[in-house]
Amino acid sequence: MSRISEAISDLHKMDMEAEKNGWLQGIHPLPKLLVTILFILLTVSFGKYDLSGLLKMGVYLIITYVLGDISIKQLLKRMKLVLAFVCLVGIWNPFFDREILFSLGNLSVTGGMISMVTLMVKGVYAVSASYLLMVTTSMEDLCYALRKIGVPKTFVTILMLVYRYIIVLLKEIERMMDGYMLRAPKEKGLHYKVWGTMIGQLLLRSMDRAQTVYDSMMLRGYNGEFHLRCKRAARRLDYLYTVGWSAALLIVRIW
Amino acid sequence: MKRLEIENLSFHYGQGGFQNQVLKNINFSMGDESVGLIGANGVGKSTLLKLLTGLLDIQEGSVRIASLEMNKGNLKKIRGEIGYVFQDSDSQLFMSTVYEDVAFGPRNYGKSEEETKRLVQKALEQVHMEGKSKRQIYRLSGGEKKLASIATVLAMEAGIMLLDEPSVALDPRNRRNLIQVLNELPKAKIIASHDLDFVYDTCQRVVLLSDGEIAADGETEKVLTNQKLLEAHGLELPLSFWRRN
Repeated sequence: MSRISEAISDLHKMDMEAEKNGWLQGIHPLPKLLVTILFILLTVSFGKYDLSGLLKMGVYLIITYVLGDISIKQLLKRMKLVLAFVCLVGIWNPFFDREILFSLGNLSVTGGMISMVTLMVKGVYAVSASYLLMVTTSMEDLCYALRKIGVPKTFVTILMLVYRYIIVLLKEIERMMDGYMLRAPKEKGLHYKVWGTMIGQLLLRSMDRAQTVYDSMMLRGYNGEFHLRCKRAARRLDYLYTVGWSAALLIVRIW
Repeated sequence: MKRLEIENLSFHYGQGGFQNQVLKNINFSMGDESVGLIGANGVGKSTLLKLLTGLLDIQEGSVRIASLEMNKGNLKKIRGEIGYVFQDSDSQLFMSTVYEDVAFGPRNYGKSEEETKRLVQKALEQVHMEGKSKRQIYRLSGGEKKLASIATVLAMEAGIMLLDEPSVALDPRNRRNLIQVLNELPKAKIIASHDLDFVYDTCQRVVLLSDGEIAADGETEKVLTNQKLLEAHGLELPLSFWRRN
């Protein structure tokens, strides 16, 4: 399978997971979004040496991943690029911050080491929480929740269309790549001489597609906003989920 | 009742020396019937459909849909009366699930959620896709995408349906299924197609466009069996007639 096909297949799998009849999937999207935002905000609010406090926040991820039956293996597989980037962010800290905080046997642990790990943990937590939200909530539901918390309609519309058309675009790229590779069998990748043409072609095709999609939307009465509806009304469990997790996360943060 | 009236409609692309006249003095009207719009490549079929939906501005002549004059002021009302099914279903279906896509039109026209649900269910029943409302769009086959595209238009309760090359890229079974679905719909339809067999199976009347003008307008049987006429305008007899002869 080509890398593009793999990317398309991964997106399909994420959508299928969001449509599952699991416990976490059944929670109203707004509480899930609010708890995720709160979790990320509280996570980043920890000081750069407060590793022990930060680790306690992991309880949220462990419980929700277990209850939601979300595969950690899949998380690591799909997020490997992002996680690699997250881990790279703090890599210079040990060189700049050499103050020794404590020793573990012969090993002197510096502030830079702790702040590097803290930064990595924060990144991993934020990515994991976002991934959790994405695999348990459909894109329409997520956009509905975003609108409810006041995210501008233009942003939500772009998000929805990008998500829908990223697959169409990927397929377009795949078709172009297939067409190229079949007529350039000796090439290992795309020769730099055709990069410009390929990007130009992709741009033209994307513009063409964008115009047709816009026409299609206008013909069905589009007036600048997607009228999103949530498939389910909020239940007592949804309120409980919001209040329960908010309280628990705040306690962990303060304690 | 006249669903559609076109009078002296002309249209050109470009300006000055680069002007390309696509439609010349088209006069045409239709009621609750199914009309096949045929013609060789580049004769102006798609341009005509775009003019009827207001995607292109009228330069000369007039178009009336359900007695409404085509102009900017009436555009929203007119688009509620006329539904356009694109040739490429991926351009038509932009939401993630079948339900959300079919509900897009009714919601934009201010229907309540209850009414939207009823319209979506009815539209999906009409195209025999009632069990697939929760399906992700990309998981649909080409034939299902075409039917879902038709449902998006049906849910808007449009009086006229315009279909641009509906049988393109469909396998024989999906093509037959589409013919059955279209024949079951009690609606005025304009089907622009090169697939003359498809037109023969779905339309009572045929309009032949050639060089931007109406070269023939009449009963399907009469127009599509006239070999001389078809060949004079860059077309050929439907394949099923070749086999019969």
